[in-house]
Amino acid sequence: MRRFRSFAAPYALIAPYGLHFLVIVAFPVVFSLILTFHQWNLLSPMKWIGGVNFLNLLSDPLFWKSLWNTFRFLVIHVPLQVGTALVLAEILNQRLRAKGFFRAVFFLPVVISGVVVTILWKQLYASESGIINTLLLSLGLGRVEWLTDPLIAMPAIAIMATWKNVGLYVILLLAGLQSIPRQVYEAATIDGASRLDQFLRITVPMLNPILLTVVILSTINGFSLFIEPYVMTAGGPLNSTLSMNLYIYRQAFAFYKMGYAATLGLVLAGMIFAVVAVQRRLIEKEF
Amino acid sequence: MRMGILKITFYTALIAGAVTFIYPFLWMILATLKPEPEVASLSLLPSKVTLQSYLEVFRRIPIGRAFFNSLFVSTSVTGSVLVFSSITGYALSRLRFKGRELIFAVILFTMMLPFQITLIPMYVLMVKFGWVNSYQALIVPGMISAFGILVFRQAFRSIPQDLVDSARIDGCSELRIIFQVMWPLSKPTLVTVGIITFMNTWNDVLWPIIVIRKQSMMTMPQAVALFAVGGQADAQMGSILAAATLLAIPVVVAYVFFQRHFIESMATSGLKG
Repeated sequence: MRRFRSFAAPYALIAPYGLHFLVIVAFPVVFSLILTFHQWNLLSPMKWIGGVNFLNLLSDPLFWKSLWNTFRFLVIHVPLQVGTALVLAEILNQRLRAKGFFRAVFFLPVVISGVVVTILWKQLYASESGIINTLLLSLGLGRVEWLTDPLIAMPAIAIMATWKNVGLYVILLLAGLQSIPRQVYEAATIDGASRLDQFLRITVPMLNPILLTVVILSTINGFSLFIEPYVMTAGGPLNSTLSMNLYIYRQAFAFYKMGYAATLGLVLAGMIFAVVAVQRRLIEKEF
Repeated sequence: MRMGILKITFYTALIAGAVTFIYPFLWMILATLKPEPEVASLSLLPSKVTLQSYLEVFRRIPIGRAFFNSLFVSTSVTGSVLVFSSITGYALSRLRFKGRELIFAVILFTMMLPFQITLIPMYVLMVKFGWVNSYQALIVPGMISAFGILVFRQAFRSIPQDLVDSARIDGCSELRIIFQVMWPLSKPTLVTVGIITFMNTWNDVLWPIIVIRKQSMMTMPQAVALFAVGGQADAQMGSILAAATLLAIPVVVAYVFFQRHFIESMATSGLKG
């Protein structure tokens, strides 16, 4: 009896996770693969249609549009995020006062709901009464149609997303900076290297693993863009801010095309998975 | 002298950054206290302070109920994640059994899995369970987390085996060892997992939008988002900003008090997530 208990105990302890995994992870993954080969509106029976969903996807202009939009978001968001975070982290790593205060301030938008940030920025971006345009006008620059110009709306969202998330990356990079030994810089100073040289030739290379984490995390964030365009622009103008998640959401919950939505989800997940796999491969895991 | 100029540059950059982050929030909070015609104006201070915008929010949507829903859901999910993730983390770090490595690999795999792949089937599952518009749909999928398991596993490994052995000799069950030996020695880990789980659940909005349609069951961010995009606010900017402020306040208050814990926890999850 005692031996049985010590044999069974681990499995009893693992059981809740096992059950949760089967229902919430394993079944949905398998079912999502099945769904991609079906047409289904949730009400009538599922209809097998083979690879039609995948063919439709290839010739669906809105799919390509949403992919292109996500790409446009990433091209602005990722460099802006990494660059800003790096500069702020480097400054916070100097011997200055009140660093804790600034760190806390930069981090504030990270903890606040994206819904709040989006509502706020929608007003900041307002054409007539927004703070940003008023500021531009007072500097003698022209007014920008942040949310109604199809070329500018997505960059505007990318800037907002950077403002919201950059604090997290400042913290991650700061931890990395603090782990670089002071002696390295002291040796470089004796050898006559300028501060800029030190930053480019010592700091950046030694931060490489964390920089990569930052790049990948903000890429995944970009792929998951949903509530920002949902609240700010509803995907417009002219679908220029239709993110992939927003498109999946519409196919599933506005048009009830479950099979096609699952196909879109699978393709998007495949892309994200590829990026994450690169991350895991390039960065030594702690676990 | 050169150092002096450099320092001034650094402080200028930091202060400019701080203004960029704080000013919008400050403007928002003060705008909610202005009479509606003044809301869009750039002046910070209201000509007269009024709570009209907040009264409008309470009049138009059941925001109090949404607050309760969010609080109830986030608390339940957080409690559940702490209990079940630590149980699983304990088994993985302290017990030997067949299939342990396999389960560990499965958990790592789960963490890498993008949510987009399971989103649609999960919704179907909720429909089949009859859980649409219910607390179950908001709570059950988040009851245990791969992130939590990994963090607990790591923390429990550093606790001396002697403590576990002597507890066993005293006749403690595995559950008692977890909650009476492991937990008291892992407070920072409990705080980390607790903060991350609570914040993620509180701020999540895509999943509630999908599974909750009934207004009385909506979570706080969902109710505020729909209030902002739907017709209920009658384009009254003041009340939309007031709703956003109500959504932000609980988290900001918690952040002001536990700022260090928030930052450390989020940094942990950023690196390991």
